[in-house]
Amino acid sequence: MPSLFEFANPKKFMDLSGALLPWLVAAAAITLAAGLLLGFTTPPDYQQGDTVRIMFVHVPAAWVAMMAYGVMTVASIFGLVNRHPLADIAARAAAPIGAVFTALGLITGSLWGRPMWGAWWVWDGRLTSFLLLLLIYLAYIALNDAIENETRAARASAVFAIVGAVNLPIIEFSVQWWTTLHQGESILRKGGPTIAPVFLWPLFLMALGYTFLFFVFWTIRIRSEILNRRARTLLEMRAG
Amino acid sequence: MNDFLTQGGFAAYVWPAYGISALALVLLGLWILSDYHKAKTKLAALDTHESTTP
Repeated sequence: MPSLFEFANPKKFMDLSGALLPWLVAAAAITLAAGLLLGFTTPPDYQQGDTVRIMFVHVPAAWVAMMAYGVMTVASIFGLVNRHPLADIAARAAAPIGAVFTALGLITGSLWGRPMWGAWWVWDGRLTSFLLLLLIYLAYIALNDAIENETRAARASAVFAIVGAVNLPIIEFSVQWWTTLHQGESILRKGGPTIAPVFLWPLFLMALGYTFLFFVFWTIRIRSEILNRRARTLLEMRAG
Repeated sequence: MNDFLTQGGFAAYVWPAYGISALALVLLGLWILSDYHKAKTKLAALDTHESTTP
């Protein structure tokens, strides 16, 4: 029976991703350019002034940070259950990208918090759980690098990634569970967004652009790892 | 133009947010691309070696 796993064949993945990459790059470039253009031409917010523009790089970074972790978790589950090497590669490839987006979410949030809340940082639920996300990414990368055997490294880090996924709903609901300076859900909420359309459009385009960018980076990293493993196999064959 | 640069007095927060984001994403992209080219070159060298050895 043909299945999704046919595309999980490294050779097929190389062909398919090679054909798809230019389109992903174009989609990222167009959405980011449009997002930036709209983001800088929209009028300042009546309460937040021009700092509202920080939202257009803050929210997309935070979104991709969490999406990347979700992707890593799903790949880890496939790696553990189906024992497919490409799933292991995919999980590992997402981690450093996710870590960078998480750091960007924290930094841009801090630059927004200072003028609006009067503080670079507060130890509330949202900020603390998001800092924890960065630490989980870093621990995952360290764990994956520390174990020399490829298969054992993949198993151990997959279990770690799945356990760490508990943090995702904590980040999501932190603004409802605990008192916080961070604003609550304002986009995907019951009754529709509470953000004016002039801000929603650039935000949506930037989030889309960041998402495409993640998939561009992720795909190239998976391709690199496939090539590296092929080279290693060749070397081992020659040595054997 | 001046409004654009001053960002309503919030230039010290808006521009670093965009600057750091752009810098980090460009560096991440360059790192990922250089990794890819390294892997490609390594494999190509091995492949030619493979085909020239009997």
